[in-house]
Amino acid sequence: MNTLLIIAGKELREATRNRWVVATTLLMAALALTLSFLGSVPTGTVGVGPVEVTIVSLSSLTIFLLPLIALLLSFDAVVGEIDRGTMTLLLSYPVARWQLLLGKFLGHAAVIALATVVGYGAAGVALAMGGTAIGPESWRAFAAMIGSSVMLGAAFTALGYLASTIVRDRGTAAGIAVAVWLGFVLLYDMALLGILASGSGLGVETLNWLLLANPADAYRLFNLTGFKGVSAFAGTAGLTAHVQLSVPLLLAVMAGWIAAPLALAATLFSRKQI
Amino acid sequence: MTDFTAQVQGVTKRYGETEAVRGVDLTLAPGECVAMVGHNGAGKSSLIKLMLGLTTPTEGRIRVLGGDPASAACSPIRRRIGFLPENVAFHPSMTGRETLDFYARLKGAPCRDNDALFERVGLEPAAIKRRVGTYSKGMRQRLALAQALLGGPKLLFLDEPTTGLDPALRQSFYAIVAELRDRGTTILLCSHALTELEGQADRVVVMNRGRKVADGSLATLRSLAQLPVRIRLTLPTGDIDALAARVGEGAALTRLAGGVVELACANDDKVALVRRISCNGLAVDDIEILQPSLDEMYAHFLRREAAE
Repeated sequence: MNTLLIIAGKELREATRNRWVVATTLLMAALALTLSFLGSVPTGTVGVGPVEVTIVSLSSLTIFLLPLIALLLSFDAVVGEIDRGTMTLLLSYPVARWQLLLGKFLGHAAVIALATVVGYGAAGVALAMGGTAIGPESWRAFAAMIGSSVMLGAAFTALGYLASTIVRDRGTAAGIAVAVWLGFVLLYDMALLGILASGSGLGVETLNWLLLANPADAYRLFNLTGFKGVSAFAGTAGLTAHVQLSVPLLLAVMAGWIAAPLALAATLFSRKQI
Repeated sequence: MTDFTAQVQGVTKRYGETEAVRGVDLTLAPGECVAMVGHNGAGKSSLIKLMLGLTTPTEGRIRVLGGDPASAACSPIRRRIGFLPENVAFHPSMTGRETLDFYARLKGAPCRDNDALFERVGLEPAAIKRRVGTYSKGMRQRLALAQALLGGPKLLFLDEPTTGLDPALRQSFYAIVAELRDRGTTILLCSHALTELEGQADRVVVMNRGRKVADGSLATLRSLAQLPVRIRLTLPTGDIDALAARVGEGAALTRLAGGVVELACANDDKVALVRRISCNGLAVDDIEILQPSLDEMYAHFLRREAAE
C-alpha cells in the first residue's frame, strides 16, 4: 500500500512540475465557467434550473475533452519510461510490477480528479453565487456529474495505460491513444446511429448492451438520464423510459471500464521483457 | 549463510531468435570486485538484468543473496541490491534531494541518511537543491551512484559507471568502490575502459557474443593468455648486436624510436633474461618491464574465440 502511495505521489508531483495539473485545471475551469454563464442566460420559464443546463452542456463537452486529456496524459506512462531508461532502474527496486503500474495510474487519475473537481467546482461556486435558488436535487446531479467525469477520465487513463503497455514504441502508443479516442468518442456513436437509422431492427436489448460497451456512452446515459430534472431538459426523458439501464449498473460498467483495462495492462506488463 | 553472493548456473537467455546470453556460469563471492568486460552486445547488460530479476533465464538457474531474483518474494533481496544502469535517467524537473528521497522511500531506507550519501558521492548542498535537468553528466552520475548505495547494499551492479566522467571523478569513484568492497560488498563492474580496471578488480570476466570466454584474476588471465612480456631497454651506445648475442634465442628483438630496444619474451623467461642482460656488463641506461595490459589480453581472448 505504502509503495503505491510513494509512486502515485511522485507521479502527481511530476505532473505538477510539468504544469500538466495547472493546464488541465485551468482548461476545465474555463470551459465550465463559460458554459455555466451561458447556460444561466436562457432559463426561466422552461422549468429547469441553471444547474441542469450546465450539467447537460458540460457533460456533453466532457465526453470529448476529458478522454483526450486522459489519453494524452497516460499513453507515455509505461513505454516512455522504458524508452528513457528509467524503468530498468525502478524495476530493480523492491517494487512489484503491478504496484508500479497501479501507483502510476493512481497518480495520473489524481491529476484528472484534481483538475475536474477544482475546474468544475469553480463553475458550481459561480452558479451558487448567481442568485437563483438551486435545490438539493440539482446539486446532487451536479456532484454526480463531477464524480462520473472523474470516472470517465480514469477509464480512459486506464485505456491509455493499456496502449502504453502493449507496444514497444512511443509513436505507436500515441497512435493507439488517438485511435481509442476517435473510436469510442466519435465513431462509435455514429456507427450506432447509422445502424439504427438503416432500420436493421436492432432490438432495445442489443442497443442497451452496445451502449454499455463504450465508457463514454455509459457516462452520457448516467448524466442525461440519471436525474429527472436533467433528462427533462436534455430531451432524453423519452429515452429514459426505454433505456432500462439503472444508475448502479451504469456506475458498475464505468468502474469495469477502469478495472478491466488496468488489470489487462498489469498482466501484460508483468510478462513484458524489459 | 552461503559462501556466494550470487550464482549463475548454465544460464541462457534468448530474445526471439537472438541469444543474448549463452550457457554462462558465474559465481560472485562476498567482498569481491569482479570486472566484466566485452563489446557492446556481448551480453553484459543482459546478464545483469537476469541477475536483477528483470528478465528470467530461458535455461539455467540464478540465485542471488540466497533466493531467486525474479520470484514474487524477491523484495527482501532487492532491498540489498544496488544498481547503477548504463544510461541513467532521472526526471529532470525533480531536485536531487527529491529524487534520492523517492528512491530511498521505495527501498525502505531512512531518508535522514541521504545527506551523508550526498556527501560521500561529492554532491554539493547547493547542487542537491537544484533540478536534475540542470545537472552535468558528472553530477548525474554521482546522483546515480548515491541511488545505488541506498540502504547499504550487499551486492552492487555497476554498468559502465565511469563513461563520460573526468579522470578526477573516476579516481573518487573507484575510491568509493574500493571502500565498499573492503566492507564486504560484492561488486560487479562492467566497463569498456579496461585500463582503469587494473588494480580495481579482483577478478576479470571476459564476455563475447553472450559467452564467457575467460574468468580469473589478472595474473591467472596473464598466464592463460601466455602473452609475451616486453622488456624495453635504453642503450647508450646503440650496440644492438652485442645485446642480440646476449639475449639469444628465447626473445624477439625490435628496435623502437629514441635508441630504445624492445624484447618480447615469455613470462617464465623474464627473470632469466633480465639477469643475462644486466650481469654481463652491458651498458644499459634504463630498463622497463611491461606486463600485457588488460586491453591486450582482452583482444587476445577475443581472437582465440574467433579462431575456434
